[in-house]
Amino acid sequence: MSIFVDKNTRLLVQGITGKEGRFHTRQCIAYGTNVVAGVTPGKGRGKIDDIPVFNTVGEAVDKTGANCSIVFAPPQYATDAIVEAADNGIEIIVAITEGIPVQDMMKVKNYLGNVRSRLVGPNCPGIITPGLCKVGIMPGFIHKPGGPIGVVSRSGTLTYEVVNQLTLQGIGQTTCIGIGGDPIIGTSFIDCLDAFERDPDTKGIVMVGEIGGSAEEEAAEFVSKNMKKKVVGFIAGLTAPPGRRMGHAGAIVSGGNGTAQEKIAVMKENGVHVCEDLCTLGEFCAEVFED
Amino acid sequence: MRIHEYQAKELFRRYNIHIPYGGIAFDPDEARSIARRIGSFPVVIKAQIHAGGRGKGGGVKLAESTDEVYSLTHGIIGTKIITSQTGPEGKLVRKVLVEENLEIDKELYLGIIIDRKTSKILIMASEEGGIDIEDETVAMSEKIIRLYIDPNMGIQPFHCREIAFDLKLTSSVWKQFVLMLQNLYRLFADYDCSLVEINPLVVTAKQSIIALDAKIEIDDNALFRHRGIIEYRDIEEEDPLEVEASRFNLSYIKMDGNVGNMVNGAGLAMATMDIIKLAGAAPANFLDVGGGTTIEMVEKGFGIILSDKDVKLVFINIFGGILRCDVLAKGVVQAAEKTDVNIPVVIRMNGTNIEEGRRILFESSFKPIYTADLKDAAQKISEFAGPGSMLGGERHKV
Repeated sequence: MSIFVDKNTRLLVQGITGKEGRFHTRQCIAYGTNVVAGVTPGKGRGKIDDIPVFNTVGEAVDKTGANCSIVFAPPQYATDAIVEAADNGIEIIVAITEGIPVQDMMKVKNYLGNVRSRLVGPNCPGIITPGLCKVGIMPGFIHKPGGPIGVVSRSGTLTYEVVNQLTLQGIGQTTCIGIGGDPIIGTSFIDCLDAFERDPDTKGIVMVGEIGGSAEEEAAEFVSKNMKKKVVGFIAGLTAPPGRRMGHAGAIVSGGNGTAQEKIAVMKENGVHVCEDLCTLGEFCAEVFED
Repeated sequence: MRIHEYQAKELFRRYNIHIPYGGIAFDPDEARSIARRIGSFPVVIKAQIHAGGRGKGGGVKLAESTDEVYSLTHGIIGTKIITSQTGPEGKLVRKVLVEENLEIDKELYLGIIIDRKTSKILIMASEEGGIDIEDETVAMSEKIIRLYIDPNMGIQPFHCREIAFDLKLTSSVWKQFVLMLQNLYRLFADYDCSLVEINPLVVTAKQSIIALDAKIEIDDNALFRHRGIIEYRDIEEEDPLEVEASRFNLSYIKMDGNVGNMVNGAGLAMATMDIIKLAGAAPANFLDVGGGTTIEMVEKGFGIILSDKDVKLVFINIFGGILRCDVLAKGVVQAAEKTDVNIPVVIRMNGTNIEEGRRILFESSFKPIYTADLKDAAQKISEFAGPGSMLGGERHKV
């Protein structure tokens, strides 16, 4: 088992004809993902590597039964692409795009509250269920199929580091999700923790947070109230200066709020097993998840 | 992007939000002629820097005559002001705002931000002007009125009325306030602001509502659709190395340690800074070269770190995913061949195309200290820059 994506995922690529879209579509196919369609407005009716390209998501869904999409559209077109996918009944929308204006995302987020689509991201590496399906830009080879650990993270390469350390310890993953580094994102830590708690194959979860906002604190409270499975936590940004945006739009300590120290304290209070040294995270997980 | 108070007030004027009469001066002569135009004394002289707390830092003065305007401006421009937000080194003042001094009946606080938790626009107001909203005890107190606005609906007149009555505004001013707040919200939405703050917003003795101060921050990700606003960027307020890095789309932040570092990905970059700290040393910067980076960008990024005179050791930490290790290695080697690298460089590299990357590093004339293991890298940083090392650990900040 896994969460959000698996062998039944029929992937649609929004922005398939762009350089990034084309490259990562090939990588996803090579990993075994069932890519059924691409959409690029104005370039429909063609094919890329035998994948049919359509002008609209509606047409793509009608002709191919796509149920999941990955968005590579540039920032100024990305919210349009997300809402188009949602309005055409796509169940899981993964937005890779970095740099979407926050007020645009705020509107999309409020709109999506009324529909059944799940948005993951934006500004994220995507979702992978090792061995079965990759809907994202992460390097597939670092993952170990078969579980039993779920990974959820606000970051990209930091997640690869964490996953690699798990794999080196012989610990496989059920599903790994990057929820994105923006201040406003579709799927939260809590959504993922909840899904992992319900997934019978996931025995424990690693959550990787960073400075800014209060998502980790809210997640920690959720863990203590609603979860039986063990959760390991890591927070990046202990040394980040206040008031500065650390690469990710959402990674900023403002008015003394959102510090790594505060997040770590709240996570510990709520029973999350916090590892403070990234160098030893793999070993730390091996100990916590031993039984 | 932060903009200056006088620029924010220009935007206010466009949205019919009343501001004090005045103008911006780059030298004492200009300040004096603005004061003459205002025509009554005292006038207020406000240093224009990208930092709050100017009043307490000596950046706001009252002048009683044109001569005093000249001498006070002469004293402010060209000097550094230190406030709670500038850091100990202070900020150099290059211009001042000269404004009429108003007789004030009541001082209020008004701010609009994006609330991450609810994904709504949050309006905050208080009957106490001049408060420090960033002070947690103030922010949590019940004196702050909060109202959440659905961005898809936008502000409604009743929202403004609710705040006006909560602020206990009298019948002569609440209608003005309702109009003003609607205009302010429109500005916030039109210009993709992440923050608009008026502190204080005043009711004058003549019962007018006037924005005595103005603070605006604009979402960097939205600048592509606000070309006019980009002209408001003041690069003199930014660190020169950060400006240089931004020209190459590199995300770089200067810090006060001596271990320079270059990483792919923001999360891993922050975690790498933390590793340096845990090793007993201090990071000199944050630098994310990004996922889709090129050889040229890597070369530029490494060059920027090497040009920082505080840097005594460099730590390059790459987990190759989309960024291939061979691309990283080529960029680093190219930069090293152009500059004379006379400080130790620790490279931890793993992931996509690692073999090819390692070959490029080993075959170059530049001899970095290489490891594939993160723990091993941390050990090396500790040896070079940790406590008891030649560089003396984190207490030895350059």
